[in-house]
Amino acid sequence: MKYKDYYKILGVERTADAAAIKKVYRKLARKYHPDVSKEAGAEEKFKEVSEAYETLKDPEKRAAYDQLGRYQPGQEFRPPPDWGRDQGAGGGFGDGQFSFDDVDLADLLAGLTGRRRGGGRGASFPMPGEDFEIPVKITLAQAAGGTELELQLQLPERDPNGMVRRVPHTIKARIPKGATDGQRLRLPGKGGKGMNGGRDGDLFLNITLAPHPLFRPRGHDLYLDLPLAPWEAVLGATVQVPTLSGTVSLKIPAGSRGGQQLRLGGKGLPKPGGGEGDLYAMVQIALPAEVSSRERELFQQLAESSPFDPRGHFAQGAQK
Amino acid sequence: MRIVSVEAAWVEQYREISLSELADVSGLAEDELQHLIDCGALQPVDPDAREWRFPSECLRLARTASRLARDFELDANGVALALALLDRVRDLEEEIAQLRASMPDLRR
Repeated sequence: MKYKDYYKILGVERTADAAAIKKVYRKLARKYHPDVSKEAGAEEKFKEVSEAYETLKDPEKRAAYDQLGRYQPGQEFRPPPDWGRDQGAGGGFGDGQFSFDDVDLADLLAGLTGRRRGGGRGASFPMPGEDFEIPVKITLAQAAGGTELELQLQLPERDPNGMVRRVPHTIKARIPKGATDGQRLRLPGKGGKGMNGGRDGDLFLNITLAPHPLFRPRGHDLYLDLPLAPWEAVLGATVQVPTLSGTVSLKIPAGSRGGQQLRLGGKGLPKPGGGEGDLYAMVQIALPAEVSSRERELFQQLAESSPFDPRGHFAQGAQK
Repeated sequence: MRIVSVEAAWVEQYREISLSELADVSGLAEDELQHLIDCGALQPVDPDAREWRFPSECLRLARTASRLARDFELDANGVALALALLDRVRDLEEEIAQLRASMPDLRR
């Protein structure tokens, strides 16, 4: 079993009292709580902090934890042999035979104190399994067409001796088409196992869409930058535009201006209840990075013959 | 290792849910949910109905409420305030994301 230094995780001395531990926990919770924090890796950090606090706030768990001694974080260690028996391994296992492999320290401490208080395997009341939420990143193409994801999870399960072990599970989750950023999917009964007739927990998938080089999703609508040459914008043109379902020809009206949106109905992401979002092509007037002498000559002619003043409103505005 | 295939269902597909279903999925007791309803954090579709039904959005709110209550040791009033502020943050983030999506990508 790998050692976790709960005092180090919270950043408190081993002699810290309950009030000091609570104060530090609250500060760290405000910083890393997944509902509040946007920091990278906050969720994982909060799990560590929360696990440490769960043990150190409970005098019985803290005493049991302190009894383990001191190790380096991540260092392999062996809990006292009688802990295996306390977990319900019974007399069938000799001290040297009980395996703490795949057992998480937090589960061991929770089981140990729960059993001493009359809970754990000996409890007869139904206990629902734990719900789990995991973030899942999919591509726009996967969102549009639906997909199957292979999820690797370590779920807590009680072995025949009553010991909670982290068991690897592979779940192939079929994601229906129509997912978009921030949506949630539920896999009923795929969370932690319920006990004594309690329902199994659920697994929730929080969907995020991976950035796409061309399309920016918003809900089920997509936005695409559509660069036009100045003459295409002035004269109108028919241009080829990519969509999720292939390239389409788009007629650009003459006199299009930068910032205008051209709507391609139904070319966005499919919606779960039927129908599709739209694709918005955002007109941008693009200029060549380099101009040939002939192009420069033509622009020069245009500048000399055009009465167009793009800043005509400045003079009027300045007088108000 | 066991491999199981399972069909994922939209959380939003549960158009309306009962109080007991909400308690079941959120992990909050019905009286805790009642406090949140009293504070206005959760709103039944028809508050005058004999048996309350809730919009599916309440599922997310109730689960968030459950986490906030547990992790910050908040009472129902504290949870209701936190939910209202988080909702405001979410609305603003949504607005920013909408604006970002509809603005040209200037990195090119």
